Amino acid sequence: MQQIIDRRLAGKNKSIGNRERFLRRHKEQIREAVRRAVEGRGIRDIAQGEDIHIPKRDISEPVFGHGQGGKREMVHPGNKDFVQGDRIERPQGGGGGRGSSSGQASDSGEGEDDFVFHLTKEEFMQVFFDDLALPNLIRTTLAETPEYKTHRAGFSSDGTPNNLHVVRSMRGAIGRRIALGSESRRELHRLEALLEDLRAQPGTPARLHEIEQIEADIAALRARIDRIPYLDPIDLRYRSRVRTPVPTAKAVMFCLMDVSGSMDEARKDLAKRFFILLYLFLTRHYEKIEIVFIRHHTQAQEVNEHDFFHATETGGTVVSSALVLMEDIIQARYPRGEWNIYGAQASDGDNWHDDSPRCREILEQKILPLVRYFAYIQVVEQEQNLWHEYSDLAADTPNFAIRKAAEVDQIYPVFRDLFRKEGAAK
Amino acid sequence: MSDTYDRRNHGRAASPDEYGGRRPAPPLRAPLPLKERPASRLPAPSDWTFELIEQYHDVIRATAERFGLDTYPNQLEIITAEQMMDAYASVGMPVNYRHWSYGKEFIATEKNYRRGQMGLAYEIVINSNPCISYLMEENTMAMQALVIAHAAYGHNSFFKGNYLFRMWTDASSIIDYLVYAKNYVAGCEERYGIDAVELLLDSCHALMNYGVDRYRRPSKLSLTQELARAKDREAYAQQQVNELWRTLPRKPGRDETEREAPRFPAEPQENLLYFIEKNAPLLEPWQREIVRIVRKVAQYFYPQRQTQVMNEGWATFWHHHLLNTMYDDGFLEDGIMIECLKSHTNVVYQPPVGHPAYSGMNPYALGFAMYTDIKRICEAPTDEDRAWFPDMAGSSWLETLDHAMRNFKDESFIGQYLSPRVMRAFRLFAITDDDTEPTLEVSAIHDESGYRNLREAMSRQYDLGSREPNIQVWSVNTRGDRSLMLRHTQHNNRPLHDGAYEVLKHVARLWGFPVHLESIDGQGGVGRRWTVDPSTA
Repeated sequence: MQQIIDRRLAGKNKSIGNRERFLRRHKEQIREAVRRAVEGRGIRDIAQGEDIHIPKRDISEPVFGHGQGGKREMVHPGNKDFVQGDRIERPQGGGGGRGSSSGQASDSGEGEDDFVFHLTKEEFMQVFFDDLALPNLIRTTLAETPEYKTHRAGFSSDGTPNNLHVVRSMRGAIGRRIALGSESRRELHRLEALLEDLRAQPGTPARLHEIEQIEADIAALRARIDRIPYLDPIDLRYRSRVRTPVPTAKAVMFCLMDVSGSMDEARKDLAKRFFILLYLFLTRHYEKIEIVFIRHHTQAQEVNEHDFFHATETGGTVVSSALVLMEDIIQARYPRGEWNIYGAQASDGDNWHDDSPRCREILEQKILPLVRYFAYIQVVEQEQNLWHEYSDLAADTPNFAIRKAAEVDQIYPVFRDLFRKEGAAK
Repeated sequence: MSDTYDRRNHGRAASPDEYGGRRPAPPLRAPLPLKERPASRLPAPSDWTFELIEQYHDVIRATAERFGLDTYPNQLEIITAEQMMDAYASVGMPVNYRHWSYGKEFIATEKNYRRGQMGLAYEIVINSNPCISYLMEENTMAMQALVIAHAAYGHNSFFKGNYLFRMWTDASSIIDYLVYAKNYVAGCEERYGIDAVELLLDSCHALMNYGVDRYRRPSKLSLTQELARAKDREAYAQQQVNELWRTLPRKPGRDETEREAPRFPAEPQENLLYFIEKNAPLLEPWQREIVRIVRKVAQYFYPQRQTQVMNEGWATFWHHHLLNTMYDDGFLEDGIMIECLKSHTNVVYQPPVGHPAYSGMNPYALGFAMYTDIKRICEAPTDEDRAWFPDMAGSSWLETLDHAMRNFKDESFIGQYLSPRVMRAFRLFAITDDDTEPTLEVSAIHDESGYRNLREAMSRQYDLGSREPNIQVWSVNTRGDRSLMLRHTQHNNRPLHDGAYEVLKHVARLWGFPVHLESIDGQGGVGRRWTVDPSTA
């Protein structure tokens, strides 16, 4: 009798490896499409899938085939009114759809439609963050993790008394006592039965002597059995608890932006994209992310997202005000042991002349020791004193990076550059 | 001719164990009588259960056995739609090596399916021993019954019976071989990098259709046989010696021309992949093994590509016949039967030319019509049939059908059995497209003067040899730049299409030295020439 096999639970996605290879092969087109998508999207709908178009000729697998021309004969069904010898106009447009051997039809002429497929959200992000990794992430999750969680991991033979597992220990003790005493007990039972027998018979001196002998043996056996300890140190079992490091799952991201008069809409848009990317990147690594928006001109203030991007202020620029506020907020709300802190600052580089050295000082002494990473992006080409101060600092500080991006399409490469896998970059 | 296939040239000795343990089965026989009519019909809910499938399967098997259908043991597997798409993507096999083109296939299938542009096939059946049939979870009970009859008995018996499958495929080892191939390719990916393997597979796939042996090579003779033959030859030659001829003068200078540069290969080779596997100068051993894997897989599918009409027609004929017999015997409820017939009708629908759904001949429709007509000719021949098929008219339909299934491929099957009646039913007509003429010509229609031409044209249409360009290894420049010369022999002056250059790049990558392709027209002149240097490929 044959059995019907139920394969339904055997797992689908057998083709996942093939799909990966397909994506891998068309990485460049996909990257390009993703880059374009990122440029065109708003902050809210960045994390979505995307339709990828790949020109058909790029994915075709060439095989030898016949081209147009020559003489061929085709048989078709459904003759309506033809008779032998009729002549028909050659259909225009390649006649690709007519042939029964469809293999060559798609390759010849028309049919140059794109191959379109949907990149899932996960795959989209995968491409997006492709060879990036969170800076210092390995250190965060493995070496420096401040948080531990203990959980049970079976039983062990040593431990503290408060972890003693009584039932387990007693079970072990019983087993040990049975194992150690069984031989003696069997012997005891045998001798007792023998003794019974001898006593039942009339007592001759020899027999009495024998009885005595047996009684002595029995006493010795009893003593041996009694000597087996009720509870031995080797019986003891303790609950085992192990401490495993728990990576901190919380991150806070500070967005610092200059909203002084010199930052126009286009520059703000540039800054916004930079923040989006950082935000998305963090969402991949942390369960919970808070964002703090700090905008500044001569004074800094914490605002909500809408105000951050849309309200305009005028006036001069004192960058250090934002840094001071950031530090205050960290001290007040985000203790370092619990939060992974990231900072991202966007500015046009315009600053009150005397303020730039102060910015550097605050960063170097107060903020950088607290944060995992701090990135500064300048949205204009021109280098001013803030840039000079920062670039001095960035040169010998691993968790501080600065870049310039003057055009929308430079944001993405800049971002990739900033967060390139450690070690891969330099 | 296919039915005069000479078994003595078979690679393995003709023992009861030939074809990997497939004993020649007795032909189909007149149906045994039904043992007893069932007390009640099988339950007919629309949803299937495992017990129900087993009950139906038992009846279908018993019915198939009455007709003597010889099959591999069956293994029915229930799968989901996603798994069906997975199976689609890897050319219907349960395992296969990884390659991006299968990913592409999967993505395309999935997209069409999700948009509802395409229904999935109800079944996939694998030519293996045991024969694996996939039943899709979504099918109703009636559909499962239809699929079991179609795949597990129709296709299965075809796989086991048809000469091409018997000659070229080893059903008992294919799954194991694919597992081996998958692991081997995966191992190579690890050792030599995904890219290197991918490039190689791309190149091999481009030549996949040219990686098959079309004819068996004679088996190697043992030394004693060889010696015995040499002796025979000698004795024969001795008998033929005619002293008179010795006096003829020797042609001067002939020896020298003969000695000049022996051709390599001595004769043109049509199995390009085999030639490359054995002779490409620069391939690493692992690369040769992968070429071999692709070649083996291509060979495995070669019979399927040549027997579409026969195979699908046979399976369709048998699901139709088995289910009808079961209905007549009182096993099936009306509802089940009607649902099966409805599906059957959809399957054998042939849209006429010009219809939006028209995409060539429907192999199910043509095959089913032909087998059905063979049965009719045997049972109730008309005068026309007696004239066209004198051997068949009035013979036992099961034996005739069995013979037709075993000994033909599409080309010869149509050439032999396409009857005027079927041509009329399909209203077939042939169109000649000659690029020297300004218009197309209707060269034959379904009438007295056209039947033979039509049948011939139809048969050629299914001939792989004329569907695919004839390209062979012509020579290798062994003393010069080691370039490989391929030769395309034009048939009816049909040129190669421009994709040839791309394929040639792949050939050059495998060969490692320059590759030329010449197109030889009907007059023997060289038409187009392509040349690819591996450094540019």
